[in-house]
This record gives sequence, structure tokens and C-alpha cells, in this order.
Amino acid sequence: MSIREDQSRFRDIIKGKVKENFRKFVSQGEMIGKRENEFVKIPLPQIDIPNFRYGPKQQGGVGQGQGEPGQEAGEPGEGQGQAGSAPGEHVLEVEMSLDELADLLGEHLELPRIEPKGGRSVESLKSKYTGIAPVGPEGLRNFKQSYKKALRRYITTGTYNPEDPMIVPIRPDFRYRSTKLVTKPQTQAVVIYMMDVSGSMGDEQKEIVRLESFWINTWLKKHYKGLETRFIIHDAAAKEVDEDTFFRTSESGGTLISSAYKLAQQMIETDYPPSEWNIYPFHFSDGDNWSGEDTRLCVRLLKEFFIPNVNLFSYGQVESKYGSGQFLKDLQKEFPSEPNLTLSQIESKDKILDSIKDFLGKGK
Amino acid sequence: MGKLTPELERERVRILKAAEDFGLDCFDTIFELVTYEQINQIAAYGGFPVRYPHWKFGMEYEHLSKSYEYGLSKIYEMVINNDPCYAYLMEGNMMMDQKLVMAHVYGHCDFFKNNVWFSKTNRKMMDQMANHSVRIRRYMDRYGYDTVESFIDTCLSLENLIDRYSPYVEKSIVPKVVDNQGQNPLGLLRVDKPYMRHYINPPAFVEQQKQKVQDKFMATQKFPVNAEKDILNFFIHYAPLEEWQQDVLSIIRDEAYYYSPQGMTKTMNEGWASYWHSKVMTEKILDDSEIIDFADHHAGVMTMAPGGYNPYKVGIELMRDIEDRWNKGRFGREWEDCDDVRERKNWDKKLNIGREKIFEVRRVHNDVTFIDQFLTEDFCVRHKMFVYKHDKKINRWVIDTKDFKAIKAKLLFMMTNFGQPIIKIEDANFENRGELLLTHVHEGIDMQPDFLNETLKNVYKMWSRPVNLVTVMEGDGHLYRFDGQELIQKKISSGPQPEPQKK
Repeated sequence: MSIREDQSRFRDIIKGKVKENFRKFVSQGEMIGKRENEFVKIPLPQIDIPNFRYGPKQQGGVGQGQGEPGQEAGEPGEGQGQAGSAPGEHVLEVEMSLDELADLLGEHLELPRIEPKGGRSVESLKSKYTGIAPVGPEGLRNFKQSYKKALRRYITTGTYNPEDPMIVPIRPDFRYRSTKLVTKPQTQAVVIYMMDVSGSMGDEQKEIVRLESFWINTWLKKHYKGLETRFIIHDAAAKEVDEDTFFRTSESGGTLISSAYKLAQQMIETDYPPSEWNIYPFHFSDGDNWSGEDTRLCVRLLKEFFIPNVNLFSYGQVESKYGSGQFLKDLQKEFPSEPNLTLSQIESKDKILDSIKDFLGKGK
Repeated sequence: MGKLTPELERERVRILKAAEDFGLDCFDTIFELVTYEQINQIAAYGGFPVRYPHWKFGMEYEHLSKSYEYGLSKIYEMVINNDPCYAYLMEGNMMMDQKLVMAHVYGHCDFFKNNVWFSKTNRKMMDQMANHSVRIRRYMDRYGYDTVESFIDTCLSLENLIDRYSPYVEKSIVPKVVDNQGQNPLGLLRVDKPYMRHYINPPAFVEQQKQKVQDKFMATQKFPVNAEKDILNFFIHYAPLEEWQQDVLSIIRDEAYYYSPQGMTKTMNEGWASYWHSKVMTEKILDDSEIIDFADHHAGVMTMAPGGYNPYKVGIELMRDIEDRWNKGRFGREWEDCDDVRERKNWDKKLNIGREKIFEVRRVHNDVTFIDQFLTEDFCVRHKMFVYKHDKKINRWVIDTKDFKAIKAKLLFMMTNFGQPIIKIEDANFENRGELLLTHVHEGIDMQPDFLNETLKNVYKMWSRPVNLVTVMEGDGHLYRFDGQELIQKKISSGPQPEPQKK
């Protein structure tokens, strides 16, 4: 159909618009709320060819129905409008797959492709019954396809009789289900998100973490099919939670970062042997740890366990007016150049993209 | 696309026969049976199977197929003004729907063929559209897809700047040179004896006269001489465009003029077609089992939401009203002057010329004259019509008035120039700098500012010199100016009298 050409052109234009306003979308988070399976809906102002036209509000119109002057009339609708009579006013919702979004993100930040650990990407072959073949075992005979073939033969030879629509298939009509080999990438990856939910982390800080995690997840998912995600929240003690709770909880109290690290370590040790898994711990905090003692413990854990075993350990420090931000400084001092550790400071929503670039720019 | 099934073909012949018995006179009509994807494509293409490549068709298609898939809307009927007419039926619709659509389509075909406002349209538009598509594709091959597409965007942005009545008036855009001074353009005195020439008209006098004529010429010389409403045509002739650009612009203009009468007669056309589908179906075609479905679907088409104007409904009711009035002789001086309620109620002169009258109406009227002449106070009261407006305080649409005059004025306003602002080229050499001056004939409603700005930029793209537009915004005269760099808006007068500054 020739319209496909125009349609794909239209979609390209839309994608161009999304790209143009990408930074805005990232920091607004409107789209995350409208996630449906693998698609997000992005509200875009309708792209419209401008022309000289009347403003709608002054215009009014003629309607029909009950009512006296002063009473409310219905919303002016399109009514029976014929094709193309009323474009305009409404907002266009564009559906984009997370994959496309990840591409956009990658393009925008010039992110390198992720190299799975050890450069190995195991692929396994799997056979699936998706094909149809003219030969095969009787057990795999496909009734519908065979019937269609027979029916077609009847009609083309002119022997089909609508009054007596009996179809007798013969050998050449039979169709069988057949297997096709598909390759499946077998890289396994897990992301562990840790978030400080102590009293000093406000709603805005959490929003930043939420947005950033969404984008990081989108990017990693593109590279690892079947990505696993785990969530840990901590104040003075750490616990594992589901995604929903992760983003919503507000606790209060002191902060012991090591508690989260310990839990993550435990998780990795039991569920994700580092030799088989690509592991991405992310930790977000306002950088206000309880004591120097605890910070030293964290550093030790990082040195001894995380850095040798994970692809990339990322620490994002969200600016908060209560936090001292000391933790970031300590880490910087301790690990001046450690390839498997990224540190990033996120001052505000607008800086989310830069911070993502810090985290994922290494291509690990 | 397929031919009709034998069953549908049988019905088609019956319906055509019934329509012709009623006096309808249609072009040959070719019905095609299409899938919903095809009908969406055709609808996105404005009724045609082939159009030039442009993303707006893709957008329309996406919109239509989404609304179909979500069950929000469904296209029943699609017919194009061409000889022969082409019409599309959607596969898998109920038999009753197919019949209803066919009857409706024959109403449209008759209207296309016989209404005078359609008389100037190209009846081979099917071929013409294909031709346009080929031409534009050729330019795309030669000058690049993006270049041509962005020029089309610009053209489409100005698409409504045509003079809808110009096809019916013989007029040339190139002004005729009028020399009313005859053989004596300088106004010199009569010289009978050649040797007296220098005495009667001394050289200084001749110079003076020359200067006078020159000044007068400069003062009156305005270009265009009369304000030009067919702005697209003006650009084709006078804007600094490449040859291919002129051709693309003329394609867009041709298509705009082709669609224009459909906008001018929307209410009448739909009213006429609905009148006939209902007549043909109920009197000749429907069998008993179908009557409920017919009533249901017919009523669906005729609903008028409180805040929406439905041309089908107003059209059919007015047609019926006219038929009834002329049948009973409820027109003319005697009827107008009659004040007796009882007498008016029982007024019936048994003239029975209603049918004849509506055939005449469909021949000569367009929506503006139709409403102007046949909308009556009785009718408005009977159909509970009202004018609504936007109430700023509560941010809602409210009923403004039920006054007949207001309703009529509103309807006429909506229909004049197809509800588009009227814009003219006032001066193509504004301030003697080759700038363009447009004026908006303000009729009480401001233009939408953001669209105005963007469109003005597109006018600049065409003209390549600074462009100016005079209009009224919130009660004061404003001049908008775009010089390729920035857009300036300044107030030039108080009160709604847009007079360009004269320097």
C-alpha cells in the first residue's frame, strides 16, 4: 500500500521531534507513567501544518438541544466530521518501544555499545514450531492450513458447491507444522539498585533516582534480553523490596550505607555467580553516611568484593540540602582511577542525562 | 480492491433504478469493495487511490486506523466527484449498511453532477491526481525528497489562501494596461500650426506636465491594483520561485480549488444525500427485517450533540422543510404577512411543488445562500437551535442565545469562506521596498496568534522579502512583520480599523 511510505515518513518526523526534545522528556518523566509493556506513550503537541485560522475560543458555533441561555452546552465535538475535517487541538500520543527509546538515548549521549563481561556472548540454538511445510509427520498436520489449501483447490477447479460445502483433502493439500531454528543470546545480567531512603532524601531526590533508574534500565535492557532487576532500600538497615516500594517508600532515620552493600553482596553470592553474570550495582544516596567508620567499611567492601566481581559499580550522589555529600568525596579520594567504579553527582533533574552518560559511557 | 459481489450488484441496480425514478441524475458510478485498511488509505488520501507523497497523509492514515481499531469511528461512505464517480464500500459491513451507503452515494453523485458550484471542477480529477503525483515524484527525484517535501509543507500552509469565488468569474491576474489619456498622455495644449508648437507648449511646460503625470502615476500605481484574494495564484506569477516550485504550488492550488466546492456545499450536499438515502431506502429498498437497523444507523448519522453542528442533520431537515413549505404554499408575501397563528398552522394551498423546489435548490444554491434563504425562525424553534460561546469565567461552553437572527448570522459566518479568515494581498511593493502587505478582513474574530506567526514565516519563504500582515487582535489594529530574522508585532491603531500606515 502506498500509504505506508507516507506513514513511515510521518513516524520519522515524530521520532525527530522526540529526539529534538529528548532532554526535556528525560527530565520530565511524563512518559514513564504511561508505560505499557514494552511501549511508552509520549505526549507530543500535534504536528500541524500552520495556516491562518480563527482562534477557537472566540468563535463559538451553532448547536441543537435542550437548554436556555446561560446553561452549559456540551463540548464542541467533531460530531460527524468527515475525514480530515478537524485536526488540531488534541495532543498526539506517540507510541515508542523501549528499544527505540534506548536507541535515542544511546544516540543522544553517544553511548558505546556494552561489551558483555569477558567478551563472551553465549548463544543457544532453539527450535520453534513457527513454519509450515508440505511434508511432515502426521502428528504435526495443521488442519487449518490443509483445509485452506483444499478449499482453494476446490474453488479454482470450480468443483466447490456452496449448497453442499464438503471438502475432501487429498495428499498435496496437507500442510504440516515445521520447526525453525532461532538463536537466542544467552548473556545474563542483573542490576541491583540501592537507594538511601533516610530522612534527608526528599521527594525530589527520589524522583531523580526514579527517572535515572528508568533510563538506565531501558538502556541495559536493550543489551541484555531478560535483564533481572533487584531493589534494595536502606537507612540504618537494608532490606530488599519490590520495584513499587523502591520508588515510593519514605523512611527516616540514620544512614548506614554498608548495610546495603552487605545485602547486595549476599545477593550476588547466593544468586548471581560473577563468573556467569554481568552485574551492575547502582547506589544512589545523598552522601551523608552515619560515621567515618562505616564509610571505611564500605570502601573495604568495594575494594575486596564489588570491584573485582562486577561489571560496573555506580554511585550516584543526589544533591540534597540536608546532606553533607561527604561519601562521594571519600570515594573519590579512595579510588582516584578505578575503571570498574563510576561516581557521579546529580545536582538536579536537568543533570540526569549527564549522569547517565557518566555511568554508561564506559561501555561496560 | 474488488468488484461488487453479485448480491451487491443486484442491489445496486435496484437502488439506481429507484433513485432515477425519483428523478436523480447521476454520473456513472463505479463501486469498489475495499478492506478497512484500503478505505482508511483512500480516506487519508482525500478519496483518491493515488496522491503525491507527503507525511500528512501518513498522519491522517495513522489517525484513522487508530480510531477504527479502537472502535471510535468507522468510515461508511466515500465518494469522489469525478466522471465517472468512484465510491467505496467496506467489505464485511452489513447488507443494510451497504445499501444505505449506495443510496447515499447516489445522492452525492447527483449533487456533484447538477449543482452549479461543482460545474467548474475537474471531472477527470482521478487522472489529474495521479498526474500530480507523478510530477511531484519526478521533482523529488531531481531535487531531493526533503527539499520538495519542505516546499510542499510551505505550500500547504498557505493552501487556504484562495479566492473561492474566482472560478465563477472570468478574470485575469495580469492587469490590463488602461491608457485613458488616449493619444495625448501628457495633456498638452492643442497645436494646429506646427511652427507654433514651441510657443503653445514651451519645453518647460512639457517637462512640468511630464513630471505631473509621472507623480500621478506613482501615486496611484499600486500593485496589485485591486487587493488580490487568490494569493496562491499571485505567488505563482510574481514570487521569485523556481519553475518546479511554481509547478508544485499550482498543483496544491488546483487541488485546493477542486476541494473548495465540497466545503462550500457541505450542509446541502450531505442533506441532499441523506434526504435521498432515507427516501429511497424506506420507500423502495428496505425489507421488513432491516427497518430497525436502518432506523438505528440513520439516527446515528443524524445525531447532533449539543455542542456540535451536524451538517447531515441540518441539511436533511432544511430540505424536508423546504419541500413541505412549497407543497403547502407556505412562502411568498401572503404567508410572510400572515400573523394569525391558527391560520398559519393550517396553511395548506396544496401546491405540491415541493419536490420540484428542492431539485431547484440543489441546482443553484451553496450553503451560504441556502441558509440565508431557507432558514426560518419556525425552523430554529422547532429544532431547538442555539448559539453557544466560550465563557471565560467558568472556562466552559455555554448557550449564548436562541435568537433567530443570531443563529442565522452565526451559521452564515461559519460558512462564509468555509470558516476561514479572508486575507488579501494589499500591496506587493509595500513602502516601495518590494515587501508584501497582507490584510485580514476582520469580522469580529481574531486569528489564532501562534498559527499566525508560523504561517507568516511560510509566506516569507514564498516571497523572499519581508512580509507584513495587518489584523485586529483583542480590539486593536496590529501589524505583524517577519523579515526572515525576527517576528515583530506592533500596535498600529486603537479600535478595530486596520489601516496600514501610509508613509
